[in-house]
Amino acid sequence: MYLRHLQVGDFRSWERADLALPPGPTVFVGRNGEGKTNLVEAVGYLATMSSHRVSGDAPLVRHGAGQAVVRAALRRGDRELLVEIEINPGKANRVRVNRAPLPRPRELLGLVRTVLFAPEDLSLVRGDPTERRRFLDELLATRTPRLAGVRSDYDRVLKQRNALLKTARLARGKAMETLDVWDGHLTDLGGQVLAARLRLIADLAPHVAESYAGVAGEGADVAGLGYSSTVPLAGDGAALPPDAPLPGVEELTAAMAGRIAERRGDELDRGMTLVGPHRDDLVLHLGSAPAKGFASHGESWSLALALKLATFALLRAEGEDPVLVLDDVFATLDAQRRSALAAVARSAEQTLITAAVIDDVPAELRLTRVEVGEGVALVVKESVAGESVAGDAVPAGTGGQP
Amino acid sequence: MYEGAVQDLIDELGRLPGVGPKSAQRIAFHLLSAESADVTRLVAALTRVQESVRFCVTCYNVAEAEQCRICRDPRRVDDVLCVVEEPKDVVAIERTREFRGRYHVLGGAISPIDGVGPDDLRVKELMTRLMNGAVTELIIATDPNLEGEATAAYLARLVGPMGLAVSRLASGLPVGGDLEYADEVTLGRAFEGRRRIDA
Repeated sequence: MYLRHLQVGDFRSWERADLALPPGPTVFVGRNGEGKTNLVEAVGYLATMSSHRVSGDAPLVRHGAGQAVVRAALRRGDRELLVEIEINPGKANRVRVNRAPLPRPRELLGLVRTVLFAPEDLSLVRGDPTERRRFLDELLATRTPRLAGVRSDYDRVLKQRNALLKTARLARGKAMETLDVWDGHLTDLGGQVLAARLRLIADLAPHVAESYAGVAGEGADVAGLGYSSTVPLAGDGAALPPDAPLPGVEELTAAMAGRIAERRGDELDRGMTLVGPHRDDLVLHLGSAPAKGFASHGESWSLALALKLATFALLRAEGEDPVLVLDDVFATLDAQRRSALAAVARSAEQTLITAAVIDDVPAELRLTRVEVGEGVALVVKESVAGESVAGDAVPAGTGGQP
Repeated sequence: MYEGAVQDLIDELGRLPGVGPKSAQRIAFHLLSAESADVTRLVAALTRVQESVRFCVTCYNVAEAEQCRICRDPRRVDDVLCVVEEPKDVVAIERTREFRGRYHVLGGAISPIDGVGPDDLRVKELMTRLMNGAVTELIIATDPNLEGEATAAYLARLVGPMGLAVSRLASGLPVGGDLEYADEVTLGRAFEGRRRIDA
């Protein structure tokens, strides 16, 4: 799929921007702080309904405005998809697809597919498990939208159960009667989340190994994925052997229920749920060692990039090219990694790239530029010879940078 | 901010469920400009609710006497009991005119976040009612959300040893709807609860 038209209103620094985009690579170029990333952030928001830079929605709305709007026209094969999101911080967002409102905004997930790689992704390798769980669950929701519902039900049951465990500490016995009921719900949903995550990791692992080999070059260690779980059957953090049979939902539910029963005393003491997918972690391996703590800075970067390229390859293998977004990453890569990334970027149906300096971006990706500056974004197409074709310049919008 | 009495009225209205500050203000000014007879009628209705409406001693539905209309009705059968969360659920089920048994209103659902446990609901009272053996079938009609399901599972576990027939309302496709418009959770439930067609 590719993004044919992007419109934002009161989004971050932009009062209004309106861009017609072609398929293939497009570079957003402009000085720091002009709002390049803000534009591609809006593209990412269409896919995940969350930003890759902040956890809440409030910073996405331009200072002084009440709500932000992101509108996009996407092309899937010969069909057009119109998506419009009203971002209302503190309230429910409103989403319309092909002009019809969606009863629940969550139903948008999985419709627009993007893979976004940004400097923040280094935390996939070096950061907290939270980041990696979010990565897994966002990808799950894209592949199987039903799981977004399972995941949010799981969170809700988790909150109820934690509230119960906290009060149970004060009044033991009485609350215990209902704890069994919540355990039943938690393990049903938790088993589904675990099974889906294990399936995803098994599907993603070969793509990660291949992407890492491409990025890091000859002689590098083999990258692998594992799952470290609080539930016995789900994984001990070691790399998953290829073609190993995965435990099913029922087995995982039973294993989780067993572990919860064992740890009941601890859970009551601490007043929180200690077993389940919310405490698990995706483990990245290089050779036989876990990447976290062992990988060098360069290796960590390559691994983060390989994870995102693997995501792209996985979604592509399932039938449709997602929109590839590369936010400010070429400047930090060496020649080897730059050309590996450029090869994927060229092959994608559409790639959106941001850069402060155009020379950081490989020449073959520079055919279309969006010049961002002083609150204006302007699409400039270059002819094959490299000259600017003035007639193709589209006045694209006015922004609100003071 | 408005002058004393008007602001007090807006504040009071704003505390009602489903009424935000804007609606509260609109209702307040509507009342100010309404016929005084209309306002008096509203005041009388509120007073009467407070004075005369209470909860039925048997099923905890709203009632104007010791027992509610349904508990007093001799034509209803005593062996089937339907458990609901709120009095408004009784009204909803009554609209179907399908159910001829009696009700038990819990007064909510189990929700530890809101500090609601079984002791805060009328569960003990339900168990007492079931003890005398008149009821042979229990239908649990709590809401089909996480809290309602948890309450249903808890009750089923509790009354399990009593040997009653316990059932839960079916959930699935709405009647008269289109399959294609059902969301995936509802459709999944409908698959789980599918029924064999006897030829």
